Amino acid sequence: MKGILKKVSQINFGLMSPENIRKMSVTKIVTPDTYDEDGYPIEGGLMDPRLGVIDPGLRCRSCGSKGGDCQGHFGHINLARPVIHVGFADTIHKILRSTCKECGKVLLTESEKLDYKNRIELRLENGVTITPVIKEIYNVARRDKCPHCETEQEDVKIDKPVSIVEGNYKLTASEVRERLENIPEDDYMYIGVNPEVARPEWMVLTVLPVPPVTVRPSITLETGERSEDDLTHKLVDILRINQRLKENMEAGAPQLIVEDLWELLQYHVTTYFDNEASGVPPARHRSGRPLKTLAQRLKGKEGRFRSNLSGKRVNFSARTVISPDPNISINEVGVPEMIAREVTVPIRVTEWNMEKMKEYIMNGPNKHPGANYVIRPDARKIRVYDETKDAIVEKLEPGFVVERHLIDGDVVLFNRQPSLHRMSMMAHEVKVLPYKTFRLNLCVCPPYNADFDGDEMNMHIFQTEESRAEAKSLMRVQEHILSPRFGGPIIGGIHDHISGAYLLTRLGSEFSEEDVFQMVKRARMPLPKSKGRDWTGKEIFSLLLPKDLNMVYKAEICRKCDECLKQECKNDAYVVIENGELKTGAIDEKAYGAFSGKILDSIVKEYGTDAARQFLDSSTKLAIYGIMKRGFTTSTADEEIPQEAKDRIEELLENAERKVENLIAAYHNEELEALPGRSLRETLEMKVMQVLGESRDKSGEIAESYFGMDNHAVIMALTGARGSMLNLTQIAACVGQQSVRGGRIERGYSKRTLPHFHEGELGAKASGFVHSSYKKGLDPIEFFFHAMGGREGLVDTAIRTAQSGYMQRRLVNALQDLNVKADGTVRDNRGIVVQTRYGEDGIDPAKSDYGKVADIDRMIDEMRIKSKAK
Amino acid sequence: MKKDILKHKLVPDHTILSKTEAKKVLKELNIHQEQLPKIKVDDPVAKAIGAKTGDILKITRKSQTAGRFVTYRLVIN
Ligand SMILES: [Mg+2]
Ligand SMILES: [Zn+2]
Ligand SMILES: [Zn+2]
Ligand SMILES: [Zn+2]
Repeated sequence: MKGILKKVSQINFGLMSPENIRKMSVTKIVTPDTYDEDGYPIEGGLMDPRLGVIDPGLRCRSCGSKGGDCQGHFGHINLARPVIHVGFADTIHKILRSTCKECGKVLLTESEKLDYKNRIELRLENGVTITPVIKEIYNVARRDKCPHCETEQEDVKIDKPVSIVEGNYKLTASEVRERLENIPEDDYMYIGVNPEVARPEWMVLTVLPVPPVTVRPSITLETGERSEDDLTHKLVDILRINQRLKENMEAGAPQLIVEDLWELLQYHVTTYFDNEASGVPPARHRSGRPLKTLAQRLKGKEGRFRSNLSGKRVNFSARTVISPDPNISINEVGVPEMIAREVTVPIRVTEWNMEKMKEYIMNGPNKHPGANYVIRPDARKIRVYDETKDAIVEKLEPGFVVERHLIDGDVVLFNRQPSLHRMSMMAHEVKVLPYKTFRLNLCVCPPYNADFDGDEMNMHIFQTEESRAEAKSLMRVQEHILSPRFGGPIIGGIHDHISGAYLLTRLGSEFSEEDVFQMVKRARMPLPKSKGRDWTGKEIFSLLLPKDLNMVYKAEICRKCDECLKQECKNDAYVVIENGELKTGAIDEKAYGAFSGKILDSIVKEYGTDAARQFLDSSTKLAIYGIMKRGFTTSTADEEIPQEAKDRIEELLENAERKVENLIAAYHNEELEALPGRSLRETLEMKVMQVLGESRDKSGEIAESYFGMDNHAVIMALTGARGSMLNLTQIAACVGQQSVRGGRIERGYSKRTLPHFHEGELGAKASGFVHSSYKKGLDPIEFFFHAMGGREGLVDTAIRTAQSGYMQRRLVNALQDLNVKADGTVRDNRGIVVQTRYGEDGIDPAKSDYGKVADIDRMIDEMRIKSKAK
Repeated sequence: MKKDILKHKLVPDHTILSKTEAKKVLKELNIHQEQLPKIKVDDPVAKAIGAKTGDILKITRKSQTAGRFVTYRLVIN
């Protein structure tokens, strides 16, 4: 490919003139027959050999190229009588309505003409569309009397799809054409016709172009019978009627018969263009199926545009439901054997892999590591069948290409829509597995945004060594642990990985050496030396850490005490790692969770992606086996609080509700003082919201005080595994205020939210405060308000995703061709500098420390630990 | 009332480069001057500092990422 860029400066649309159609035609088509008795195409028929060839063995009689190279050539049919083109019927109607039946001039006065002329020319100069002006003219130029010759005008109507009726008389296509011919060229501008590329009379057809056979190939059925394309069928109909019409006209047949045939010709030409035009019964196949004619090929979901241009399908790809597999590496993907047998990898046969390739072929297409096709050096593709495999193996030589089944270790592209960032398509190593779903490691769920409630994903198989090599170095999952979005890990532990690691490493967690070895073995880690005593969880986790890793950070479980006790933290939230040994602190989301894992982040940056992959694979497995040793479950029993707590919460909420009543009373008695810049009503609203908000928070705090770290739901919420403290307290204590449009609920009935309340009632309950907890259950009124708030949430997310999606698309389209050059400048594909230094600081965010070059405070902390450890 | 736009806090510092300075900058970036970002002669800042078509402006501005950032623009018609 040469690096020459060509720019399309403009595209012009026009109409084809009859002369043009004849000029580009290679032959006149006259007979409706296609093939003779011997099966040869008839000259002057619809399969005339001059229209081009499809068979690669033959040469084209028009251009001399072989079949496949020849694009085909148009022919033409001379219509015995003119026919209106359906696509232009509306335009013809509008033009006839706005022009004089007598003199053909546009029904505009001279002054109007001058005005419109100026407006149109101005718009053309500025490259603005003239459509609105033309529309206006079509409206203004509907006059009863011609301003030029004073002829009275009759009302011109359109009878869908193609009949033009003037008064009570239906104009024939010939008459329509004459009218259009009669329009002076000077007036073309006002009806929106550019005289350089079109004349209005060309909207009435006298010649019909016949598309080449390549556009409408015939299919030979297995019975040897020929089946023609729908377009060919339609052209046969047109030719047949055209011939009969011509014969009848020449024989001087009665006017009535000629008109009937003419009408029929119009019908056939109309349905040839559009078989779904309103007002015409669609032309049908013998079987009763409506024919797919020109418009149907382009239109709609299955049309050329949406199906073949915007939405191309590709070979060597597969799609199925995904499910989790904690035992495979993050780099791997489990591929069902069924798929592995279908999609193939081309392997060039050499002396060195000859034996292996023969084995594949001998396995055939149905036994797993087999082969489906063999491509000979002359590019002939041979399908491998169980019956033919021996013969193929015989002939196999270096230089052949074998399309063998997918096997373990093949690199494939794995993708989940919507592909919003580069981590939506990553290269995985194949692992062929039984059953019918793709399997993936749970750590890669966040970048794909995948879950297993029926999500499906696509897989694409590389077909060249170059693509494989490129994918392996650039697109491998482990190369994407760090996100370029925020410079931290996007791939990491989730859910049970985090609860598991916490249970394993929290204060006082000890395991017998037997249990430890069992866990370590199952996590496929190297066996450590025996200690001859019980192990602490921290000691087990330390096995995974690099021996010279030093770091300090506050874990997710940190309660943000006023004064941090550091190593002495009673929550075990101060994590210290000294020379690869976890000294204090429990492992949770902040350690190796997706989006916030500090240890993971550190390992990728300091020890590379290989080490990080190993760490992630082993630590998640260890966590899973850790959680299995302890046992972990949750139920609503986790949100149970004692009666005493319930009483306290009840009292608190009642107090708050009383306070609200008092506020409302004060408002009604005009004792309330307005806040600066607020009306009295707004002040009341704010104060009420504040009181109710506080009471909900306090009720949450009461519930929380009864929750301990022996509660599984609380463990999940505090370690960041799943759920939040808010979720738990809403279940246990109080759901709180429901809101619509950012405030308390006001809408519904006239002056009240529901008919259960008085007009103008402003109380807590009447405006959507849910006093109950989820566990206790909502009363019908609370339930209704809750549904209102919930619906708003759903609608908002739906709208937000649509809006932000479109915003992102526009950004990506604008920026996709920019790239960072070796000298650090950002340039577009013409070499024009956009930024003299990428991001102004030249930093790759994926390699940065959460967006910054380096976190100095952190580095100092680490050095302190290091020096102390020595 | 007309304000000096150059004193506005949102307007970064623009200076016109001399011929030799311009040459040096282009050499450093290894580009033709047409490859630089552009600024119109009738841009309020260009007018205020009296830049002419073909001049190269050095723009020094505060940067969220780099603290201070220097970039260049070619004055065009
Ligand atoms: Mg889902
Ligand atoms: Zn040809
Ligand atoms: Zn007239
Ligand atoms: Zn603490």
